[in-house]
Amino acid sequence: MGFKFPSDEWVKEFARQINASKAYEESGKDWEGDWLFIVEADDAYPKTVYYFIGLSHGKSTDAAMIESESAREAQYSMRGSFTTWRKTIEGKLDPIQGLMTRKFKLKGNLAKVLRYPKSAKELVNCVGRVPTEFPG
Amino acid sequence: MWNFVSPRIVFGEGALDVLDELQGQRALIVTDTNMVRIGLVDKVKKHLAKAGIDVHVFDQVEPDPSVQTALQGAQMARDVQPDWIVGLGGGSPMDIAKTVWVLYERPDIEPAAIAPVGELGLRKKARLITIPTTSGTGAEATWGIVLTDTAEKRKMGLGHPENIADIAIVDPEMAAGMPSKLAADTGLDALVHAVEGYTCSWHTDLTDGLCLHATRLVFKYLPRAVSNGQDMEARERMHNAATCAGLGFGNAMASMAHAMGHSLGSAFHIPHGRAVGLFLPYTIEFFSSQAPERFAELAALAGYPNDGGEPAAREFARHIRDLCRQIGNPTTVSEMGIGRKDYEGQLDKLVDDALNDTQMVTALRAPSSEETRQIFLYAYEGRPIDF
Repeated sequence: MGFKFPSDEWVKEFARQINASKAYEESGKDWEGDWLFIVEADDAYPKTVYYFIGLSHGKSTDAAMIESESAREAQYSMRGSFTTWRKTIEGKLDPIQGLMTRKFKLKGNLAKVLRYPKSAKELVNCVGRVPTEFPG
Repeated sequence: MWNFVSPRIVFGEGALDVLDELQGQRALIVTDTNMVRIGLVDKVKKHLAKAGIDVHVFDQVEPDPSVQTALQGAQMARDVQPDWIVGLGGGSPMDIAKTVWVLYERPDIEPAAIAPVGELGLRKKARLITIPTTSGTGAEATWGIVLTDTAEKRKMGLGHPENIADIAIVDPEMAAGMPSKLAADTGLDALVHAVEGYTCSWHTDLTDGLCLHATRLVFKYLPRAVSNGQDMEARERMHNAATCAGLGFGNAMASMAHAMGHSLGSAFHIPHGRAVGLFLPYTIEFFSSQAPERFAELAALAGYPNDGGEPAAREFARHIRDLCRQIGNPTTVSEMGIGRKDYEGQLDKLVDDALNDTQMVTALRAPSSEETRQIFLYAYEGRPIDF
């Protein structure tokens, strides 16, 4: 049985996977900065969803589905359509390629993000380890 | 969905003549003092003069160029207000030319944040020409930029598709005078671009052909281009190979040999092509179980028929080591003259920098810190990777 996406349970399982990852603990040991993941409504899903993911020194400090973009403060945000997120979770789209082709839009200190490609890659691996069920 | 970006490429003997009819007022040539000394800057200036273009020169680019150098060049661009920026030299001047151009047009961006995200909005003030004088970097045909953070002794992979050159002039005469050692180092860089572009996780149908052909050209012509600097056929074909490989990997990605080479190069000031060429066979062995058929195809094209599978990939690594020996390049870190104690003293940083290099994101097999450490150690001694 998987975790429904999008849901609060899904993002909490994502955080659990992050905290179980030795590779993320190592690669993100110097990282400080919380993220908003914004899953925008599209033809495949009717409602925009907001996730807060707290990340500090190789661990996830908090993770929750929140009401709006302004409900929690975060230094970084990544925005894409439901379909783009689905492809990423299913391993069909490399999120870095998604950013380069503007399927995802990123806000925050880009120079800092660029210093942590290994931890970004490991976060993607953690997403892939969440057993996920999609609507429809 | 993906993009393939390329400059207009003018290549072959006499390609520099394209400058004679360039439309514009002022050009800023971004280069190094060696290019001035050997007369290549004057050669370009003469062509630009025919076009009636006023030429200024920024010749302060150093090997492994720094952010500070890029900032100085950008200041000169703001003073001179060029409508053309010309990157002339090896990878370093061309990378600084790209950075100067971005900072000239977008002074609000810090160099470390030049990333392939969003829009830059270039080409409002100037356009870019690249003229390679070595045969390997491929920077004339890519949008990638490598700058060194001198404070942290770390190479940064930067760039945005918009900062690709408008015109790349690939004239073999500009590289004809390369010393053999430089031809060897830069030629290996072209080989690593071709192999990594073909085998990284971002390779595509549009890049594969370029990488395959570049591999074939390097194996055929690099030994000749190194052993006889007067062999103009070999020199010209290597010049073309470098651009093919640049287009190939520049529209896919490089991979782990680049990540490790950047790391070693910034710690011990090893020329880029020599460093990445040394690591390539080790990373092929590390990846051999992941995509053996692709390495086997490359081996066959390079002139080594095989039965495919992982043994063929390992054979390909061996052939690359043979090529390195044939052109007088090292196949182990110890052969580079780096002392074991110094190397081990830097090992934590070497591993950390390699793992956090942007080229690592396309690795076929994600190495752990311990695996990366072991690969560095095996490469020191020349032991084929067996894990």
